[in-house]
Amino acid sequence: MSEQPPILTVSQLTQAIKMQLENTFPNVWLQGEISNFRKQASGHLYFSLKDAGAQVSAVMFRGNTSALKTLPKDGDEVIVKGEISVYPPRGNYQLIIRELKLAGMGELLLKLEELKKKIHAKGWFSADHKKQLPRYPKTIGVITSPTGAAVQDIINILTRRFPGIHIILNPVRVQGDEAAGEIAKAIEQFNEHPMADLLIVGRGGGSIEDLWAFNEEVVAEAIFKSKLPIIGAVGHETDHCIAEYVADIRAPTPSAAAEIATSHYVEAVQHTEQLGHHLRQTIGHLLRGARQQLTAIKKQPVIASPLNLLSPWLQKLDSLREDIDDNTINLLKTKKLQLESCRRQALALSPAVAIAHNRQKLQSLHQGISVAMKHLLTRQREQLKNIITNLEAINPKNLLKKGYTIAFSEKDHSVITSVQKLDIDEQIRLSFADGDIVAQVKELLEK
Amino acid sequence: MSEKKVNFEESFARLETILEKLNSGAVSLDDALKLYEEADKLITGCSKRLGEAEKKIEVLIKNRNGELAVTDGEPTKENFTPPTE
Repeated sequence: MSEQPPILTVSQLTQAIKMQLENTFPNVWLQGEISNFRKQASGHLYFSLKDAGAQVSAVMFRGNTSALKTLPKDGDEVIVKGEISVYPPRGNYQLIIRELKLAGMGELLLKLEELKKKIHAKGWFSADHKKQLPRYPKTIGVITSPTGAAVQDIINILTRRFPGIHIILNPVRVQGDEAAGEIAKAIEQFNEHPMADLLIVGRGGGSIEDLWAFNEEVVAEAIFKSKLPIIGAVGHETDHCIAEYVADIRAPTPSAAAEIATSHYVEAVQHTEQLGHHLRQTIGHLLRGARQQLTAIKKQPVIASPLNLLSPWLQKLDSLREDIDDNTINLLKTKKLQLESCRRQALALSPAVAIAHNRQKLQSLHQGISVAMKHLLTRQREQLKNIITNLEAINPKNLLKKGYTIAFSEKDHSVITSVQKLDIDEQIRLSFADGDIVAQVKELLEK
Repeated sequence: MSEKKVNFEESFARLETILEKLNSGAVSLDDALKLYEEADKLITGCSKRLGEAEKKIEVLIKNRNGELAVTDGEPTKENFTPPTE
């Protein structure tokens, strides 16, 4: 128990290492190849420096990057100056780079360039060997890892763009020493057993080491020899792999490869829709035209109202009927008038009328006579009255009243009207109104 | 099924021809309607072919040496479900 060694905490140990390391390597110069290069949104650069036997993490903060003419990339052989830093929370160490310069091409890149030259010399990159992709592949062979994101992306996009697609996956390793052989063999297998119309060969992005299988000659050869068209799709942005150069079509990502493979389907869908649209438009137009013609025809007076066809006849009929009516009425009127006149004539000829007439005439005559008689009587009565009046006037008695006297002869009692008839001394009677006297003539005085 | 044999190129070519004819105005309405019916069938066929949901996702079975397993001369396949994350 007394021999118990001192027990450190993780922090104590890490702190000790940090002190030790950072003090030992405050300023190191280092040559290595860049791999796994990442530029963060912050502007800091993260990558590994490596050689054939080891690698070390490195970071170059944004403040130190301004001196860089171009950003380093995977495969670049570089010489850097910096210090070792320990990051206790993760227990790792990294090189904080203050300066960086290119030390010529990285070894892998060099190897790649050599391979490219070799394959180029073989003519495998030549456009003459590129095969036409089938426009509507029914079955697509996919050569990639069954567990990566790439297979997921490819399947998602293929089935989304063409739900009827048939996918056959040939599972391979896409990384490590075995990968190139497996990929090449898978390509041969698809050619050996005709199952697919088109192959997609690829994987997701990674460092140049990760992607190395796709630079191997064996893969390039298999692709070149394939009778099936191949889309090469290795996900990365900067360099392309040899496999992609040999492939008939190069896609930037596995997703893009799936899009390319089914592009004609999408076009076909659009084309079908477009054709359908045009067709409906055209037939619609034709039908509208026909309908308009029909409407126009229907509007023709003859069709719109069949009565119009008969209308002149109907009108004539109406007019004739009117004429007939008028004629009939007129005829009736005339006949009625004739009848009336006959009736009157008949009435006039009737004995009753004659009787009445004669009676009237008689009455009128009677009246006339009455009136005439009355007149006559009146007139005679007036004459009589006049006569009476005149008589009255000449009535001697009345004259007597006025002083006249009538002389009568006593001898014959005649009225003496002349002196000559008298004789002197003769007796005469003088009659007055109220009595008579007897007188004697004394003298005759003739005139 | 005859619809399986839909050939897009031929269908599209025929559809273009029909459209041209219809647009030319040189066909009678009766003929136009017949052409339309034909075109409609073609479009339905194409759409069906494009939309048919009989997707098949398979994976080849291989042995340890990476050789394909073969059944009756055909590579052995089984349905494949892609990894989901």
